[in-house]
Formats: sequence, C-alpha cells, structure tokens
Amino acid sequence: MIEVQNLKKSFGDNLVWEDVSFSIDDGETTAIIGKSGTGKSVLLKHMNALMYPDSGSIKIDGECLFELSYSELRKTRQQFGILFQGGALFDSISTFENVAFPLRYFTDLKEEEIEHEVNEALRMVNLEAAGKKSTAELSGGMRKRVGLARAIILKPRYLLYDEPTSGLDPETSDEINDLILEMANTLDITSVVITHDMHSVLRIAEKVVFIDEQKLSWFGTLAEMKESDHPPLVDFITASEYQI
Amino acid sequence: MEAIRQFGQYTLLLYQALRSVTEFSTYRNNLFAEFVKIGYQSIPIIMLTGVFTGAVLTLQTAYQLDTDLYPVTIVGSIVGQSIIIELAAVIGGLVLAGKVGARISTELGTMRVSEQIDALESMGFNSVTFLVVPRVLAGICMFPVLYITAATLGICGGVLAGAIDGILPPAQFMQGARQFFFPEDVVFGIVKSFVFGFVITSISCFKGYTAFGGAEGVGNATTQATVLSCIYVLLSDFVLAAILL
Repeated sequence: MIEVQNLKKSFGDNLVWEDVSFSIDDGETTAIIGKSGTGKSVLLKHMNALMYPDSGSIKIDGECLFELSYSELRKTRQQFGILFQGGALFDSISTFENVAFPLRYFTDLKEEEIEHEVNEALRMVNLEAAGKKSTAELSGGMRKRVGLARAIILKPRYLLYDEPTSGLDPETSDEINDLILEMANTLDITSVVITHDMHSVLRIAEKVVFIDEQKLSWFGTLAEMKESDHPPLVDFITASEYQI
Repeated sequence: MEAIRQFGQYTLLLYQALRSVTEFSTYRNNLFAEFVKIGYQSIPIIMLTGVFTGAVLTLQTAYQLDTDLYPVTIVGSIVGQSIIIELAAVIGGLVLAGKVGARISTELGTMRVSEQIDALESMGFNSVTFLVVPRVLAGICMFPVLYITAATLGICGGVLAGAIDGILPPAQFMQGARQFFFPEDVVFGIVKSFVFGFVITSISCFKGYTAFGGAEGVGNATTQATVLSCIYVLLSDFVLAAILL
C-alpha cells in the first residue's frame, strides 16, 4: 500500500504543490492527472524517493520512504519499476542488455536463465525481435516498451509510469494502454500512471488523482470521476475534448 | 553563495564515492572500460603532445642559449628537466582536461537529463558507485601512466628536433639530460599527474552528474567542467610546486 500524506514540494520560491494526500491499495491502478507543469512527474519521483519533499511523507507498507537509510531505500526501490517518459534506456548498450541489466547485478542467474527471462519480458511487450537492436534504432513507442520490459524484469510490486502514451500515435498509445492493463492483471502489480491523456485514464484507471492549482484538487474512483461536478476537473476533462 | 553551495555538493559527492569504493563488484566492469577510455584511448594525443612539446622546447632553448657561454649539452639538461618536472604533467593535464573531462561531463550530463541516472537509482543502484567511482579511480590510475608516456616521448621529441635541426647530436642531448636527471623529479611528476587525474575526473563527474536543463544544460556542464579542470590543474600545479619543490 502506498500512502501519500500532506506532501509539500517547492523549488526555491516556486511552490509545486502542498497538502497532497491520497492512498493507493495493492493491486490498484491509479492515474494521476493534471495540466502540464502541475508537478505530476515530480510527484512520481517522490514515490521512489528520487526527490525529497519539503514536508510530508510517503509510506510503503507503513514505512516512510524519506526516513529510510540509503541502503534500506535501495532495497525498497527494488520493489518498484519505473517507466520513464523517454524510456531512459542506457544508450551505450543493446536493447537486450538494457533489459538484462538489473538481472546481471541483482540476481545470480546463469546466462541462459537471463536470456530466457529477457526474452520472456520482451515477448510480454511484443518486442521479441528487438533484443539485438541498439537503442538508437528504436522508435519512441518501442523505447517505451523496452523500458517497460526492463521495469518488470525483477517482478516489482509497484509500477510507476511517467506519461506512457505522450508523443505516441493513437494506435501505439492503445498498445501501451493494453500493456499497462496486462501488467496489472497478469503480474498483479500496483500501478501509478502519470498522464494527461483522458483516453488512457478511462481505459486503465481504477482511481484518479487530480492535481490542480498547486494542490490535490480531487481524488476518487473512476466511476466517481465520471459523475463528478467538481468544476476544475470537469473543465480539465472538457478541455481534453473527451466525452465521458 | 553559489560557489560555496557547489563546493558543498562536490564534497558530498566525493564523500559518497569514497564510502562506496569498497563495492568493487558494482563498478568492476565500468572501471576496466574507463581504463581503456581514459588511458589507452588517450595515448595518441598524449604522444603527439609529448613529442611536439619536447621538439619545440628544444628549438626555443637552443635559440635562447645561442652563445658560447654554455656547453651545447645544456639544451638536453633544460629540456629533460622541464619536461619531467613540469611540462609533461601540466600540458598533458590540460590536454586531458579537454579530452577526458569533456567526455565524462557530457556522458554523465546526458545520462542525467535523459533520466538514465534516475533509472539507475530507481532500480536500486547507487549511481555514484556505478558512474563516479570507476571514472575517478581510472583517472587516478591512468594519468601517471600517461605522464610517463608524455615525458618519454617529450624527450624523444627533443632528441629528434635537436638532431634534425643540427643543434646537437642525440648523444650530447642525452648526456645533458642525464647530467641533471634526478629520480625524485619523476616522483614529483607522477604525484602531479596523480593529483591532476583526480582533479579532472572528479570535477567532470560532478559537473556532469549535476547537469540539468536539456542539451543546453549538458553544454554548460561540459564547458564548466573543462574550464574548471584547467583552472584547478594550474592551481594544484602551483600548490604542489610550492609544497614539494
């Protein structure tokens, strides 16, 4: 379970958000939505302690991430997989090695076992043939899928997605949405998806967190969101030109 | 204030690197890769720098001492000692600040702005152990080797220039060089190159590791890494000379 409590973050004099509190139950898929520049990705990075807040806490199974020692934090981070916006693939090594990377350092698997695991992960993201390619040869959608394969290779409990469909055509976006659903269902992963793509939200989310005007503006289930008359949320959905 | 803040961050990065230096298995592969990149791949530019420094110094020394007051072997003495004590280490250091420093800061800066460092951390890696430690260690280990290469080639360049220009034959050059050769000068040069290796790689790692702001940010980090490396090479050269000579 992820519990975000009274989180506040600012960069110098610029307040990003304050008083952000919500919780995510195990196995749930939660979408964090909001306009560009509202600090959604900043919030995601806090969930992995890649950034630290000015105040507040994020608890994973009751333990506050920001109070852990660095070695404890590194262990906790291994429960997470993150799909970064651009994939964040290591460009000095091949696609296969990118996916194999965590296995080589955190497991004692033999080479043939690593090969099997990597091929399995690449198969799950429909990229069986891409292993030998260099990362420079991959398209935007392929980079995200390889990033996803790398994120799931250690079988994490939590998967954090940072704008998984941004910059992709509608068809590839749908493929990524399908993958997110598949990961949540087949691997029983708790997912947090940062997005401003309402089409994605309606496809994948069970709960929705809406960040607006430097605070948590609305939090509820997808069904509640559809019924909500909260003006900023309604404006956001309307502006996204998506009919619920 | 900004300088103090940056110095604090730099010190903290070095402290983190020092603390994780025992995690050899994490950075072993990167260390050997950096030995090749910092050491082996710098040999051509260091050879070229050494040869031409020695050659030009020989021609200039001969020009300045063009009198019957000194024996011609003095050219070998001056060139040999200047190269061993000062030029091989400092000119080599400045060249490597450009070649090695720029590569390191660009590499790490690009990794930072493209979230590759965040990806490493998010997997549970200590990114400092993985990225900074091998680069600094490789710099410390390889710069003395490059210094010895530059010094040797510098003297060879001096010998060649003296012979080709008809200033003095190789035997006389070497006689002069041997006359004022003191092993402690080589030790001094090695200590300098060791310090330069640390200064250049650690500053470049710091600038790259803390880069922000996309392509422009990486460009700024690389420029600052190169300029600061050059400044601190010259500064540490002066401090070492004041302490050790």
